[in-house]
Amino acid sequence: MASGVKPRVKAPKTAAAGETVTIKTLISHKMESGQRKDGDGNPIPRSIINRFTCDFNGQNVIDVTLEAAISTNPYFQFDAVIPDAGDMVFTWYDDDGSVYDTTKSIAIG
Amino acid sequence: MKIKALTAIAALLISAPAFVAADVDAELVVNGEIELVTKTAAAPHLAGALDEVISGWRFRADETQSLQTDDFDNPGMIFVDQGMDDWGTVDGSEGKSCASCHGDVEEGMAGVRAVYPKWNETAGEVRTIAQMVNECRTDRMGAEKLGYTSAQMARMEALISVQSRGMPVDVAIDGPAAATWEHGKEMFYSRTGQLELSCASCHEENYGNRIRSDHLSQGQINGFPVYRLKNAKLTTPHGRFKGCVRDTRAETYSPGGDDFIALELYVASRGNGLSVEGVSVRN
Amino acid sequence: MEFSRRDTLALGLGVAVATVIPFRAFAAADEAIAAFTGGADVGAGGITLTAPEIAENGNTVPIAVSAPGAATIMVFASGNPTPGVVTFNFGALAGDQSASTRIRLAGTQDVIAVAKMADGSFVQASSTVKVTIGGCGG
Repeated sequence: MASGVKPRVKAPKTAAAGETVTIKTLISHKMESGQRKDGDGNPIPRSIINRFTCDFNGQNVIDVTLEAAISTNPYFQFDAVIPDAGDMVFTWYDDDGSVYDTTKSIAIG
Repeated sequence: MKIKALTAIAALLISAPAFVAADVDAELVVNGEIELVTKTAAAPHLAGALDEVISGWRFRADETQSLQTDDFDNPGMIFVDQGMDDWGTVDGSEGKSCASCHGDVEEGMAGVRAVYPKWNETAGEVRTIAQMVNECRTDRMGAEKLGYTSAQMARMEALISVQSRGMPVDVAIDGPAAATWEHGKEMFYSRTGQLELSCASCHEENYGNRIRSDHLSQGQINGFPVYRLKNAKLTTPHGRFKGCVRDTRAETYSPGGDDFIALELYVASRGNGLSVEGVSVRN
Repeated sequence: MEFSRRDTLALGLGVAVATVIPFRAFAAADEAIAAFTGGADVGAGGITLTAPEIAENGNTVPIAVSAPGAATIMVFASGNPTPGVVTFNFGALAGDQSASTRIRLAGTQDVIAVAKMADGSFVQASSTVKVTIGGCGG
């Protein structure tokens, strides 16, 4: 598991039923591209977050495939529709098999 | 073969065709509510040198500037989150965390960053935040020192900086700190190295000009620690000083050493009046 | 070595030309786009790609894409060692078909966004981003 990986997500605490809200997500991850070489000239293998998903009450909002060209500390901003109250689950998948996730609850109000 | 320093700079400063779009008149408001002072009258000790002091924020491209306007767009804030975790984590033989003595960081560290580096009466010397963190760790927590420019120290500095965000930088340059301040000032204006450049050569005489396509700033440190887009992580003042001196092809100094502490005090005082920016974003 | 004014200007102009990392373009991008579209015709219009004209640092370049009614938007960097950058698949609860992110560009190049619309057709937009070299080496 890559070390020091921590998500940071901005989602509203409440929304009107059916409202479209803006979601901002960031996760601290080196995103080793596979292009760099170490001090001896050996290539450092690729090790990145390769997929990010956002689901609300089990329905998908967005499913992102990341390549090595996404910057260190991957950032995504997108819009989501909030039909009713529930949990928004954010999941990041690492090349090394690790899965990181965080959940934000959104109430209707 | 000795290339005259000014000529070398002149060669690099001649107008580059690619200028990033930068708005030097923009105001910085964070999260729609925190107004940061990024340009103000220079402190009295700068009479004859600078009329106004300008934060590095103003010299960056529009896209870079906008990254700092929202705490969820600012990539440096993730390190503040990690620093917050560290704050509450017990470390060392005494079974304490920072919170054990200092309580909530919002209260315990309010206003601290704005007045550092600062004369420490007990220690009998000027101290930086990093030194104080390490002293607490070794003397009171029974824990290991953090590397002076390490990632862990940088995020602690970031956490502490945010608690002074919006406050004016106000470091003391008189009284017992005066000798250290004078030494820092001397360093700022001394030409060194292969290119015979001083800090002032670029950051006082040529701020606003381009060095290749880089927009030279005044070299203020009110925004430190800074998230640099170049390496996508936090940089501390001594880390940056070390790199800057090396880049001018001079023998660089040790982070945490007397020379850089003096320089940090002097450079901080050049920004007196500018707002502490918490974690800033630069290239 | 003393520089005359003439020498300085000549040196300066040479340096001025070299402040922008030269344009890069590789055929791999076209192949990657063709793999996405299956060789179908790609139209223009109905997709916006927002990217800076000049990137202050190639390591972190903010971009945004938007294509109302799209199912998927793929972004390619034609001058990177590998062309694929990101694929946005919009789900049932997507508020709209737009997204922003930050990418790495190895040098001045075209960034290309291709959208697969709900009806299976494709549209694309591209933007040339200049990647610059700072003067301080750091």
